[in-house]
Amino acid sequence: MMSRTTLDLWVGFFVVLGFAALVFLAMKVGSFTGLNGATLYSVEAPFDNIGGLKVRAPVKSAGVLVGRVADIRFDAERYRAVVRLDLDSRYEFPRDTIASILTSGLLGEQYVGIEAGADAEVLKAGDMIQITQSAVVLERLIGQFMFNKAAETPAQQ
Amino acid sequence: MNWLADRLRRIGAMTVDGVWRVGFAARFFLMVLVYSGQSFRRLHLTIREIYFSGVQSLLIILVSGLFVGLVLGLQGYETLQRYGSSDALGVLVALSLTRELGPVVAGLLFASRAGSAVTAEIGLMKTTEQLKAMDMMAVNPIARVVAPRFWGGVLSMPLLAAMFSAMGIFGGWLIGVVFIGVDDGAFWSQMQAAVDWRYDILNGVIKSIVFGIAVSLIAVFEGYDCQPTAEGVSRAITRTVVSSALAILALDFVLTSFMFRG
Repeated sequence: MMSRTTLDLWVGFFVVLGFAALVFLAMKVGSFTGLNGATLYSVEAPFDNIGGLKVRAPVKSAGVLVGRVADIRFDAERYRAVVRLDLDSRYEFPRDTIASILTSGLLGEQYVGIEAGADAEVLKAGDMIQITQSAVVLERLIGQFMFNKAAETPAQQ
Repeated sequence: MNWLADRLRRIGAMTVDGVWRVGFAARFFLMVLVYSGQSFRRLHLTIREIYFSGVQSLLIILVSGLFVGLVLGLQGYETLQRYGSSDALGVLVALSLTRELGPVVAGLLFASRAGSAVTAEIGLMKTTEQLKAMDMMAVNPIARVVAPRFWGGVLSMPLLAAMFSAMGIFGGWLIGVVFIGVDDGAFWSQMQAAVDWRYDILNGVIKSIVFGIAVSLIAVFEGYDCQPTAEGVSRAITRTVVSSALAILALDFVLTSFMFRG
């Protein structure tokens, strides 16, 4: 039978190794730095079309992560999508900021891009971003292209 | 008519038996929780069980984790490079390990490595009437034998699953970055951008805790409930492995559908 001290040593080693693995997962694999722990404030932005935007999609300004999409709902009175954005309270944006739905890469995920305006006043929690740009729907783009092509052809004959 | 009554009687007996077993398992679980305090007062019993269930499973968990990671790296790269996104290899490996493969495969290995051993030990104790002897000496067998084994498993399982995931990610990195030549910076930075600490990793840990409780409970219960014969013990061990595996996979489906919706 193994002595008590050796056994304790092995179990201690095991527990330390297990917690080291957990810390590795949290710090190195997961984004512990990201937005976790930051205080957030939420603003809303109406879009005519959100394309494939999902809840928890990133909100970026100048390419830097500044928040996440908290909620997407349908405004039944004006027939448009209202997206609630949780922004990091370290960053403040002018009131005339533009929010647009962009795609990272050709087939990548969609995210909300924020371009700061020039207003002196800043957005506060619960405010509405007035100027927005909808997602580019690929099918519509292709459809438009085909239509233009078809319009060109008889002119050439 | 006689034949029909016979069939009906058999179905009835099976149902009553099943319900009785579920009830007995629930009462047994309660008893284990009630007597846990008594067994924690002699902590070295639990520590000993962590050694047998946890430390001795280290090798199989680490080696399996490494190989699962290596295979994920190879197969993931094979598919991703077709779409020119081999940089996302880290994301693929990390997400599939922390969310699903880590807890599930570690749980399956844990059930067959440690759960079966626990069932065999308790079953043999019952067969050789050691449990009864303890009762005669006013030593509660649940507090002395069952609860430490249960808690040993519950405490070991999340740690083993975390090690499995970490080792798997190391394996994926080894294949992707060292052997194939995916960019090291892109591998880690894309992984860190996509893996959320709370959403992915914490949910994986919760899964492994749930699996640990399920496997440990099944193992101690099957051992305690076995027929006190050589054949009964062997049947109990088989049942432990089979029902643990089914429980893990079914619970995984339920937990996933609650955790990762939308």
